[in-house]
Amino acid sequence: MAGDHKVKPTRRKFVNWLLGTSAAGYLAAVVYPIGRYLIPPLSGESSASSVTLPFPPGDVALNSGRPFRFGNKPGILVRTETGELRAFSAVCTHLDCTVQYRDDISRIWCACHNGHFDLTGRNVQGPPPRPLDAFDVNVRGEEIVVSKRT
Amino acid sequence: MNKDQTWYRRFGGWLEDRTGVSAITALARKKDVPVHRHTIWYYLGGMSLFLFLCQLVSGILLLFYYRPSANEAFESVHFIMAEVQFGWLVRSLHAWAANLMVFTVFIHLFSVFLLKAYRAPRDLTWMSGVVLFVLTLGFGFTGYLLPWNELAFFATKVGTEIVGVVPFIGEFARNLLRGGTDVTGATLTRFYAIHVAILPAATILLVGLHLLQVQRHGMSIPPSVERDGSTRGRMKFVPGFLLRDMVGWLVALAALAALAAFFPAHLGDKADAFAPAPAGIKPEWYFMYMFHTLKLLPSHILGLEGEMLGVLGFAVAGLFLLLVPLLDRRRGPGETSKLFTIIALAMIAYIIVLTAMGYMANPTQ
Repeated sequence: MAGDHKVKPTRRKFVNWLLGTSAAGYLAAVVYPIGRYLIPPLSGESSASSVTLPFPPGDVALNSGRPFRFGNKPGILVRTETGELRAFSAVCTHLDCTVQYRDDISRIWCACHNGHFDLTGRNVQGPPPRPLDAFDVNVRGEEIVVSKRT
Repeated sequence: MNKDQTWYRRFGGWLEDRTGVSAITALARKKDVPVHRHTIWYYLGGMSLFLFLCQLVSGILLLFYYRPSANEAFESVHFIMAEVQFGWLVRSLHAWAANLMVFTVFIHLFSVFLLKAYRAPRDLTWMSGVVLFVLTLGFGFTGYLLPWNELAFFATKVGTEIVGVVPFIGEFARNLLRGGTDVTGATLTRFYAIHVAILPAATILLVGLHLLQVQRHGMSIPPSVERDGSTRGRMKFVPGFLLRDMVGWLVALAALAALAAFFPAHLGDKADAFAPAPAGIKPEWYFMYMFHTLKLLPSHILGLEGEMLGVLGFAVAGLFLLLVPLLDRRRGPGETSKLFTIIALAMIAYIIVLTAMGYMANPTQ
C-alpha cells in the first residue's frame, strides 16, 4: 500500500502543487515588473561623430588645454608647445574621472588617482590601464571641428 | 475598579490589558551585563544606534527643504545652509553624526572581532552586524552625492565605476546604480531613493534582528576574561547600564553640537559634468584606504587590470569578514584564536596606514 501511496497522485499533492506554482507565478508577476522598472531605459550613446567647438583656435594658447562637450561626454583640446592642436576624450580610462591639462608638466592629468597621459594620449604613469581615445582635429578658418576617428 | 488607584496606575492597567506591554519591561528587567576590564566595548553598539537615531531625525528635517534633482539639489542645500533658520545646524549635525556613526560602527565591529564575540551562538548577530556595517557605508556613499557638488560628483563617478570593473555583472550593476551609463540627475534620484527609503528600511529591520539576537544570547564574555575568571559580577541593564549608556549619548550629542557649530559642513562648487576633476579630490575618510590602495596599484598586475584586482581584494576581505564565525574553528569557552586576532590587527593596521598615506600624499605628484 505504501508503494501505491508514493506513485498515486493524491488530491492533497495536486492542491499543494497548484498552490505552490500559483504562489511562484504570483511572486514572479510582482518581482519581474519591479526588476524591469529598476533597470534604466537605454538612452543610447551619443550618435554625434563630430562637433564644432564653441571657441576659435586663437583662444587656445600654446601649452594649454580646454575642455569641450562631445555629445554627452567631456573632451579635451590640447595645443602643444609646437602649436599643434590635438583632441582626446577627457574620460580617464582608469575610473571614469574627467582629466585636465597640466601646463607645468605638459601632460594630460587625472586628479582622481594621479594618472598621467602624454600628448599622444598614451597612459604613461599611474593606474590608467589604456590610452585616452584620440579624436581628429580640423581647423576650418575660425572653427575647430573635432571628429571621432573612423 | 479600585478608586484608591492613581490615574497613571489605572492607565497602566488599561494599557497592559490591551497590549501586554509588561512582557517587554520584564525582558528589560531581566537583562544584565557582565562587568570586567573589557566592559567599555559594550557601549559602542548603543552609541552607534543613538547616532543612527540622530541621523533619522536630522535626515527627516532635511527632507522638508531638500530637492532631489540635478538642477535644484545644490541650490536647495545652499538654501538650507544660508536661509533656513538653523538649517546650517541641521545639515552640519547630519554630516557630523554620519562621520561619528561610521567611526563608532568601525570600532564596534573590530572590538567585537578582537573580543571573539562572533562565536556561535552569536554568529548570526555578527553577520547581521557586518551587513549593517555595509549598509552604514552605503548610507555614507549615497548621502555624499545628494548635495550635488563637485567633490560628490567625482566621488560617485569613481565609486560607481569601481562596481563596473567587477567581472561579468559589473557593467550591468554600474548602469543600474547610475540609472544610465553616466552619473547624471538620474543617479541623483536613485541615490536619493536608496538613501532615504531603502537603506533606512533595511537598517531598521536588521537592527531589530541584531538587537533580538543580542537580547536572546546576552553579552559575550571575551575568552581572555573567561580564562582568568576576572568577571566582577553583573550589572543590571536597567537602570545601571542604560544610565551609563545615556551619559555617553549626552556627551555624543554635545560633541556633535560643538562640531556642527565650530566646523559646519561645506558645500563647495556645484557639480559640472564637463569640468575636469579638481586637484586634491578625495573621498570621505572612511573610503580613503580603498581610494589610496587603488591609487597605488599599477595599471596591470599579472596581466590583469590593477583596479580589478584591488576591487576583488576588498570584496574578498568583506566576504571573509562576514564568514569569520564559520572560519574560526576555535569555539570552546576561553579558547584563544591567535590567527584571527592577528588578522583583525592586520586589517586595522592596513586601514590606519593607508588612510594616513592617503592624507599625506601630495595630490599633484
